[in-house]
Amino acid sequence: MIKEIREPLIFEISAEGKRAAELPPLDVPAKRDLLAGVAVRRELEDFPEVSETEIARHFTRLAQKNYCVDLGLYPLGSCTMKYNPKVNERLSAHPAFAASHPLLPADLIQGNLEALKTLEGFLCEIAGMDAFTLQPAAGAHGELTGMMLIRAALEARGNARKYVLIPDSAHGTNPSSAHICGYTVKEIKSNEKGTIDLASLTEAMTDEVAALMVTNPNTLGVFESDICRIAEIVHAKGGLVYMDGANMNALTGIVRPGDMGIDALHINLHKTFSTPHGGGGPGAGPVGVKKELMPFLPVPVIAEKDGRYTLDFDRPKSIGRVRAYFGNFSVLVRALCYILTLGAKGVREMAEFALLNANYIRKSLEGEYHLKYATPSMHECVFSDKFQKEFGVTNLDIAKRLIDFGVHPPTMSFPLIVHGALMIEPTETESRRDLDHFIDAMKAIAKEAKENPDILHQAPHVTYVSRLDEVAAAKYPVLRWEKKP
Amino acid sequence: MSYLSLSDKDKKEMLARAGVGAVDELFACIPEAVRLKRPLDLPPARSELELVRTIDAVGAKNAAGRVSFLGGGAYEHFIPTVVDYLASRGEFVSPYTPYQPEVSQGTLQLMFEFQTLVCQLTGLDIANDSLYDGSTGAAEAVLMAQRVTGRNKVLIARSLHPQYREVVRTYIKNLGVEAVEVGFGSEGRIDKDALGRLLDDTVAAVVCQSPNFLGVIEDVQALADAAHARKALSVVVVAEALSLGLLEAPGKLGADIVTGEGQSLGLPLSFGGAYLGFMACKKEFLRQMPGRITGQTVDKDGRRGFVLTLSTREQHIRRERATSNICSNQALCAVRATIFLETLGKQGLREMAWQNAQKAAYAAEALAAVPGVKRRLTGPVFNEFVLELAKPWPAVDAGLRAKGIIGGYGLGADYPELKNAVLVAVTELRTKGEIDRLVRSLQEVLS
Repeated sequence: MIKEIREPLIFEISAEGKRAAELPPLDVPAKRDLLAGVAVRRELEDFPEVSETEIARHFTRLAQKNYCVDLGLYPLGSCTMKYNPKVNERLSAHPAFAASHPLLPADLIQGNLEALKTLEGFLCEIAGMDAFTLQPAAGAHGELTGMMLIRAALEARGNARKYVLIPDSAHGTNPSSAHICGYTVKEIKSNEKGTIDLASLTEAMTDEVAALMVTNPNTLGVFESDICRIAEIVHAKGGLVYMDGANMNALTGIVRPGDMGIDALHINLHKTFSTPHGGGGPGAGPVGVKKELMPFLPVPVIAEKDGRYTLDFDRPKSIGRVRAYFGNFSVLVRALCYILTLGAKGVREMAEFALLNANYIRKSLEGEYHLKYATPSMHECVFSDKFQKEFGVTNLDIAKRLIDFGVHPPTMSFPLIVHGALMIEPTETESRRDLDHFIDAMKAIAKEAKENPDILHQAPHVTYVSRLDEVAAAKYPVLRWEKKP
Repeated sequence: MSYLSLSDKDKKEMLARAGVGAVDELFACIPEAVRLKRPLDLPPARSELELVRTIDAVGAKNAAGRVSFLGGGAYEHFIPTVVDYLASRGEFVSPYTPYQPEVSQGTLQLMFEFQTLVCQLTGLDIANDSLYDGSTGAAEAVLMAQRVTGRNKVLIARSLHPQYREVVRTYIKNLGVEAVEVGFGSEGRIDKDALGRLLDDTVAAVVCQSPNFLGVIEDVQALADAAHARKALSVVVVAEALSLGLLEAPGKLGADIVTGEGQSLGLPLSFGGAYLGFMACKKEFLRQMPGRITGQTVDKDGRRGFVLTLSTREQHIRRERATSNICSNQALCAVRATIFLETLGKQGLREMAWQNAQKAAYAAEALAAVPGVKRRLTGPVFNEFVLELAKPWPAVDAGLRAKGIIGGYGLGADYPELKNAVLVAVTELRTKGEIDRLVRSLQEVLS
């Protein structure tokens, strides 16, 4: 990184008459009265005009201002920032897929349908579920779909019910998704181990409760060891169990949600199955269900008979579509490629070494940073800034100082039940060298917190910009460029 | 093939540090009874070369090599090489959401430019950092209109993409919102009489698509005026974003919320995804906007920088009271669209849109002259139009396919009133030779 590079907005380097793309001349006779009577634009006012050289430099310079997995460890807890294999990028853009239109009839897209059906089968096997829909475009979209399926199944039983139970450690999307499905959320408190308190659950679980949404391992990186008992309590009162599969990376090949009483779940392919996060998306959040929920899956469902694939729209109980076409197909292809590459052993090793790397970090930093819950960690561990607070140093300072060491900060201030949280998930693809670099940086920062806290308050020191005024951004929103009058 | 990075020596030493003898012990927290006692039933691991061969073989099962006139919400357009090249950089592909702005200024500045471009195209004040796709954008716009107006009914044009209508219905089903469909007249535009009858003070929004699913450009100004007269919002869905390069911005014609599909702006067809939902609105509705928003600010040394902002609307802060449950965006797709739009630029985008309209006009005239073919709807179009055929579409489709042509999208299943009608899209990629071939082939199939 060259710290002093300033890159203007493209609009600020635009100059009349420049261009970076041309089309061949129109090869049909031009009509003069084209679009007569229609409101047509006079011009694309203030739209950029630059050369291709300027385009290449602009975006290369912007690229250089981003940290990314290709550059180093990205230990964001619950985000599973693992390495994204390059061959999967290439194959997801395979000409046979890239050129295929989503409204083509099924007999012309047998390859696409085979790819999707194969992935569905793999996910069923890995999660222990009976069927999957690949339509949801992200984890939150999967939650929404899964909860709609649960609602439809309960309606079919005669009563959709009113409430959804969600632990206080859950991700914010859980309550929000339940709300869009027309449910009122009731929060369940965690116990001293950081897991669901069975007594509280039993008390809250009435015959007005539709479902429990549980993340397992939860956002503390702790396995809900009572999961089977939890499912029994919910089922006994006629409710269903939804699992947020955000942390599925800790379980693959070891234990299957379908074998522990889960009725529906989503899996974030952009976490567990290495499809790139792309700076915020696209992801994919396929939803797996048990038999009872299958009639309600979104249309179309891909059917296979004797190696021929068809699209089944004739599903009267379906909740309907949750997205146009077939979901984020290019993301789904990447996940398929990842599973094909790893095989059964590799998929199990994902979980094994995700746990080893996380526990290696935990043991290396215990004592230096406060660990609120002593419960064993799976694929991530949650420290807090409690020790450093004594010296006036917060988790924000620690995070920003890590940037100076060339490491991306962990997830901060989440889960909400750990004050000043630093949630660390290294993933299985990291080398010992990169893990040690992170550990050494964290130790150095713990030392700085005692000896020279100001260096932390001022961090980061090596980036293009220093700490940004987020309060001003929200108070006086400037959300687009405008030409100066 | 494995992507692990630990040597055997590393593993041994790390297990010792973690305080366990074997990896298995790390899973002691999982009850023995539920553990999987067998290997997963998955195919054997593959090397890269084997993987490539496998995927090549799967891809080869798609029919290829036909000239296509399919549109209907997904369009084959020219994508300059520079888009693929720059958007595939690891710095754009492999970061997370830009929660740490100091090391994410690339993505954040890009999103700020994206928001500006969307505002310019739609003629509105503010735009978000994208939604999943056009269909979920339409659903989010409906929910947003309900929040803004406090009313629980929306009027939805029957000419809105049939799959978008289905998604809207799925989203509102459990929220007590009612969607009433408004049909179209002989022009293919929304039926103004029907709209007049249905539009009252209980309506949150009038939702139309322009150009609509049947290719016809709506009178956006008139629809917005009608909605506003009842204090309802005007929501305009744009499924062919390229049309915004030529047609007047809906925001300048009175639309309150414009949402749509940005696939045409540098994204391959890719069997329907990943695509790019976009959304823009008037600034008074800012607090009800779903999705991420990037804002400009300064750092502590006074330098300009960008951050995610106004997140008190979002689920990680507001939980069940958030404006939407969305927690991501289609950032990498927005990166592609931004590079595409800035590369095409002021002249290029307009020229591309103009060529689409010209070629579609040429094709429509030539095809309508074929015996047994007539234009079905008389309203103005951008790059798609509806033809009615003297023979049933499935037979005609089969005939054209045998000649190496995908002639369009048969409308009979979605619109029983348009039996034997086909939606034909013509983009800048279709040459005069290909259009003439479609004309000749249709003539042969119909004779």
